[in-house]
Amino acid sequence: MYKNLSIAQKHIVWAWAFLALPVVFYVVIRFYPTANAMLISFQDWNLLGSRTWAGMENYQKLWNDPVFWQVFRNTFVYLILGTPISLVLSFVVAYHLDKTRFMHGTIRMLYFLPFMTSAVAMAWVWRWFYQPVPIGLFNNWLAQFGIPQIEFLRSTTNALPAILAPAVWAGLGFQIIIFMAGLRAIPQSYYEAARIDGVSKWSVLFEITIPLLKPTIVFLVVFSSIGFLRIFDQVFNMTTGDPGGPLNSTKPLVLQIYQSAFTDFDMGYAAAQTVVLFLILLVVSLLQLYLLRDR
Amino acid sequence: MRFTKLKAAALATATSALTVLSSAANAVEIEYWQYFFDARVAAMEQLIENFQAANPDITVTMTHFPYADYRTKVAAAIPAGEGPDVVQLFYGWLNDYKAAELIQPLPAGDFPADAIDAEFFPMVSAMREGDSYWALPTAVRSLALFYNERLFEEAGIDGPPETLDEMLEIGATLTERDGAGNITQAGLTMGMNAQDHHWFREGLVRQFGGEPYLDDYKTVNYNTEAGQKAMEFYIGLGEEGGIGAIGFMDEPQAAFKAGRAGMHIDGSFRIGSLNKTRGLKWGVTELPANADGVRSNYSSYWVNAITTKAEGEKYDAAVKFMQYITSDEAMQIWLDVVGELPAKPSVGLTEENANNETFGPFIRGLAYANTTKFVNESAQRQLLIDAVERVKLQGASIADSLAEAAAAEQKLLDDFYASN
Amino acid sequence: MAAVDDIRASSDTLFESRAARRKANMGQYIRWSLLFLGGIMMVMPIVYMLSTSLKWPHEIYDVSLIPKEPHLENYTFVLEDGRFYGWFINSLIIATITTISNVLFDSLVGYTLCKFRFPGRYIIFIAILSTLMIPTEMLVIPWYLMSQSFGWLDTHWGIMFPGLMTAFGTFLMKQFFETVPDDFIEAARIDGLNELQIWWTVAMPLVRPALAALAIFVFLGNWTAFIWPLIVTNSWDMYTLPVGLSTFADEADVAWELVMTGAAISTIPTLVVFLIFQRFIIRGVVMAGLKG
Repeated sequence: MYKNLSIAQKHIVWAWAFLALPVVFYVVIRFYPTANAMLISFQDWNLLGSRTWAGMENYQKLWNDPVFWQVFRNTFVYLILGTPISLVLSFVVAYHLDKTRFMHGTIRMLYFLPFMTSAVAMAWVWRWFYQPVPIGLFNNWLAQFGIPQIEFLRSTTNALPAILAPAVWAGLGFQIIIFMAGLRAIPQSYYEAARIDGVSKWSVLFEITIPLLKPTIVFLVVFSSIGFLRIFDQVFNMTTGDPGGPLNSTKPLVLQIYQSAFTDFDMGYAAAQTVVLFLILLVVSLLQLYLLRDR
Repeated sequence: MRFTKLKAAALATATSALTVLSSAANAVEIEYWQYFFDARVAAMEQLIENFQAANPDITVTMTHFPYADYRTKVAAAIPAGEGPDVVQLFYGWLNDYKAAELIQPLPAGDFPADAIDAEFFPMVSAMREGDSYWALPTAVRSLALFYNERLFEEAGIDGPPETLDEMLEIGATLTERDGAGNITQAGLTMGMNAQDHHWFREGLVRQFGGEPYLDDYKTVNYNTEAGQKAMEFYIGLGEEGGIGAIGFMDEPQAAFKAGRAGMHIDGSFRIGSLNKTRGLKWGVTELPANADGVRSNYSSYWVNAITTKAEGEKYDAAVKFMQYITSDEAMQIWLDVVGELPAKPSVGLTEENANNETFGPFIRGLAYANTTKFVNESAQRQLLIDAVERVKLQGASIADSLAEAAAAEQKLLDDFYASN
Repeated sequence: MAAVDDIRASSDTLFESRAARRKANMGQYIRWSLLFLGGIMMVMPIVYMLSTSLKWPHEIYDVSLIPKEPHLENYTFVLEDGRFYGWFINSLIIATITTISNVLFDSLVGYTLCKFRFPGRYIIFIAILSTLMIPTEMLVIPWYLMSQSFGWLDTHWGIMFPGLMTAFGTFLMKQFFETVPDDFIEAARIDGLNELQIWWTVAMPLVRPALAALAIFVFLGNWTAFIWPLIVTNSWDMYTLPVGLSTFADEADVAWELVMTGAAISTIPTLVVFLIFQRFIIRGVVMAGLKG
């Protein structure tokens, strides 16, 4: 019977054969709990008792909650600052690292190490760096040069960038590695052809390297955007004691969800915020995929 | 004859085998959960050993989880029916567990409410509803003022402060600043995120003549003149010319442990950790009184409760276990091993315990302690943190900021009591 | 490896005229110095972590990088704790199996979504991608109930099942399979290979750098995962390393020197995995017979 199928039909059969197990996996392990969360967003549930219907109550509460809007803004600030900064930095490093021979492996390792180290431990090291004198490294430096102290974490304006820095720092190594894998996947023959044609270095970069890196760039844009929109570890650990920073100035959506769920045990409200986060992420990702699509 | 003997012997063997079998079948196993803390686990192991020796037909297995995530873990497991038969909960969580029918009241016969009222420290009565108690603590906690003996000696200070004014005076002597005016050594550690919000609510507000809550903690009442004065006093501690700074060395207890702070208000549960700190010579005294000699303290506790999962013989075993872990003997073991204060005055206020150099100030503090009936401790704490930050970081007036906090807290209380 | 690097770097210098050679060398020095300096800055916090792991508790808030009395007792304390090895083994088992599963399944799905034309392709891709958009915190309760009804609580399987396939890996692989020319696959079809063979023997070797990156990423993600392993395990024997290490923080005290020691020790396996796989990333891919 298989033999009678057209080539296109055979492909469909193969495709579904390959996808069968993964589709079952995703439906059971991912879609079902997600649907469940969406359901809970219309309910009232403190995790301990029974669920009761609440209609749109959770969403109304969210709309009227000033903290939610603050958190909403913060989340986008993380995205708008974090994604471009980390992508440009990692591309510049990867591009130059790719052309470096001497101690190449060592340098690459230096950049990658932060990614491999426990996020919790690192968040605390950064937290200590940011403290005022006598224990903060940065402020001690400033004090040595007679520069006035900077409040990094106990400030409604400085705290968010101060927390973003270690988040960018931690993810940089991974982005560099992906960029390097992408760079190495570009066939040498293109560069040789360009050399024969005598094309300038910048033209090579903009006309060969970057266009051929497109799939990598698309991946990193989408992936790092999702990462910054879901930022949690750094904020959580650097602001324990006053979670989300002074007057919620650093609180991202995921931390707010976590607190609603596991501090306030208001699962319905947590789920409603999850749905909002889901929609934001979906819209942002689809928009990016659309803008970066092959034309 | 011989036959009969044999038969009797066989019968005897059979019955004894049967007894063994039946007693094995009767061995009830119950599960107990608490959070992980070396000393608490050690103390509970000792209690379980004693209990099992007295009740050979009951086995108790203890499971413990990391402290920071204990509440999450318990909340995920118990509703799913995976939980323990006896569980340790923070007193502030009781309402939620009661409302969700995850715990059951203690049998009035074995735990007569009036007798408990008479025997335990009064704040435990928060666990009572009608004629029955829902949970009972083994130990309670209170606040006291820790001080660094070495820094005191170096500054030529004779002893710890008795009053708030003395505290300010001593604190000023101990505070050191660098050329730019940054604090390098604090007289007193500060931070609403630590224990200071308790000190403010149940300590300062009352000492400045107020009453932080009315109507069995259903009405916020610190947005009064007394409350404002208390808040002014507190914020003043961290102003220029004060004796501390919020956020100094990140966390209050860290500053004290590192020997960079002269005084530190904290709970009895910190004793063990301070004892482990090498090179720190510390003493402890009761929270300072106000000018009229009025003292006020905050007390909290972890309670043990029987879950609804325990039924039949497990329930009976759980009741017996609860009786043992709330007995005088268990309380003394808990004090000796963990350093937490016995929940009954008859055990706690013995001559020896009340005059103990370390535990004494805490135990004496229990006599004038109040227990805030939190509906959501972290949310309520956050409101006071924010109240201070609005003043410090945004220049809001103390009156406005405190009014905002009080209104928000009232809303929190109203929402909670409306739905429970 | 060095030879490959040589070829690489020469592709750069080949563009330069002889006169510019000296200038280019100068540029190389500056580039190297800046990269190296940046690298040193990158590891500073890690150096502080190591330094803290050699300190006594009363010294951890001291800004000085070099401990006053460096000692290894934090390491002996952590390593002498008999449970440490159990946690380590648990983490190793879980991270290894999950990594293998992800490398296989994510690449298979990524390949299918990239190289096959079939109805529903885009929907499935978006649906899988959308699973990245729900925070784990919201999934743990349904997973817990699921594990409970299947009897997976407190087992290795229970800890690892949610991570056996990830949208992240699928997306990564799909993007990298796009760099594989369709001609290769067509040629293999004409040679009579079936689709499974084409995926495994033709396409997979061409995306080895991405597979290596995926392996590192998945291993690391599972090695450091915290909230789900915490929820699904009950006994200390089943704890993973991060859950076990979190017991160094208790109600009254966080033993930072031990936390940093634990973090330092637990970085070692990820470092080993990185060293094993990085050469695949760096070696690059040589696509024979490709015409530009």
